Amino acid sequence: MQLQKLFLLDFKNYVEADFSFGPKINCFTGNNGVGKTNILDAIHYLSLCKSHLNTQDSLNIRHGRDSFMIQGEFLRNGLTEQVHCGVKQNQKKHFQRNKKEYSRLSDHIGLFPSIMVSPSDNALIGEGSVERRRFMDSAISQFDKVYLEQLVMYQKAVYQRNALLKSFQETHQFSPEMLSLWDDQMIQYGEPVFSRREDFIRELTPVFQYFYQEISGAEEKVELVYSSRMHHASLKDLLAGALSRDRILQYTTVGPHKDDLQWMMNGFPIRKFGSQGQQKSFLTALKFANYDFIAQKNETRPILLLDDLFDKFDNKRVENIVRLVSGGRFGQIFITDTHTERMKELLAFSGSGNRHFLIHGDHIEIID
Amino acid sequence: MNINSFSSKLLENAVNEFAKLPGIGRKTSLRLVLHLLRKDFTEVEQLSDAMLRLRREICYCKICHNISDSEICEICSNPLRDHTTVCVVESVKDVMSVENTMQYKGLYHVLGGIISPIDGIGPDDLTFDALEKKVSEGGINEIILALSTTMEGDTTNFYIYRRLNKYPVKITTLARGVSVGDELEYADQITLGRSLINRQLFVMES
Repeated sequence: MQLQKLFLLDFKNYVEADFSFGPKINCFTGNNGVGKTNILDAIHYLSLCKSHLNTQDSLNIRHGRDSFMIQGEFLRNGLTEQVHCGVKQNQKKHFQRNKKEYSRLSDHIGLFPSIMVSPSDNALIGEGSVERRRFMDSAISQFDKVYLEQLVMYQKAVYQRNALLKSFQETHQFSPEMLSLWDDQMIQYGEPVFSRREDFIRELTPVFQYFYQEISGAEEKVELVYSSRMHHASLKDLLAGALSRDRILQYTTVGPHKDDLQWMMNGFPIRKFGSQGQQKSFLTALKFANYDFIAQKNETRPILLLDDLFDKFDNKRVENIVRLVSGGRFGQIFITDTHTERMKELLAFSGSGNRHFLIHGDHIEIID
Repeated sequence: MNINSFSSKLLENAVNEFAKLPGIGRKTSLRLVLHLLRKDFTEVEQLSDAMLRLRREICYCKICHNISDSEICEICSNPLRDHTTVCVVESVKDVMSVENTMQYKGLYHVLGGIISPIDGIGPDDLTFDALEKKVSEGGINEIILALSTTMEGDTTNFYIYRRLNKYPVKITTLARGVSVGDELEYADQITLGRSLINRQLFVMES
């Protein structure tokens, strides 16, 4: 799958911009603040219906305007397809494929897949477990709609169960019978969520380790450990065991919504023992593995969005990555960088089908 | 126009009352009130009379809890209907939907809602006790669960099943799957998947 054309109107800092892309590497170079990342974000919008920064849609409208528009022309399974996204202040977001409005945005997600590697991925290491669960859940949901459905239902059951626990406290009543109704719902949807995640991590690990070795060229041994109390007991038993604590705390303390992923390097958490470069290698390998995973499940190669990828890497790792991305493993790639010369070298190295855009504050220059 | 600057207290009162209704904002409310002002006295009286009588005289059927003009509703008192089958629905609106199918000749039982702790609705707020009493007294062969296919609907189904499965009554639920007239390519994966799992024997009607 390829993005052939992109048109922006009043999106972030762009008044109006028109791009024609090459089938392989497309890079955007320029100084800080000229809007390189915004282009990647626009592509992210077309793929996943939202900004990768998870901001409110209306915050992406150029200052002083009341709407923005993003239009893309994709080549997918040999056909040209148009995707249109329009956001107007205080109005519902419009999303169209081939001029037909979607009734549900979730129908679009997964048709034009993309993977973004960006400095904000750091949150996966530095922030709480919610980020790591989100990574896992969105990676699986991109190809498995049944999983998404089960996850949503599971979360609803937890929400209702928590409300019931609260109401027990308020009314000074306790009904094990009512609680067990929601336990059953949690078990029905939670068990498959757990085993799907387990399978996913098991499948992802070898690919991830391969990419880490390719990027680092080092001996460090990295691992992804899915930590869940459901490895040791069924959700039914866990809920039974946590009952008195749940009643006191008035929320559900066990289940897949409390799972975490541990990122390990040489047997220790990378959060505490990895250098910045090692952490970035780790995250990049993780995203590349995620890419590979989707490419295989979908039988179409996602678009790879690499935001400020080379920052923090030593020269050797930059070389390794250049070799990796310019090989045949990835489909169409979009890269931003501040070093114009470095990008020129990369493109010279990887043959034809590439385009290089030099972004200035007020215009865009195409370098041959 | 500033909608809050009324020239008359009476007008303002009427607008405020209409605006309390669901789906009606202050602008629509004002439009309705001004419309009523242009109408004949008798016409307005008919309207207010209809509303008052509705509120004062409406009954809930003692058997099925449906809205009715008498203590026992027309459905429950109809001897031609099948009194051994009871269809359990969430609300009065659902009775109308099932009736509109013209496919059902049994009785109903209106729960008045579904179990949802988030909305503060528990079993005591709904008519489960009456349903169980009805079943325990015998004479009912089948209970059809016709609740929404949401998590709350499912949970309510489980709850009813647990309360009723000790009685000799058949408990059934609406079929779930691809809807009539749908093209498969537009059916969502969850629904299509479930239809496959619950597929049925193909029978030619002669």
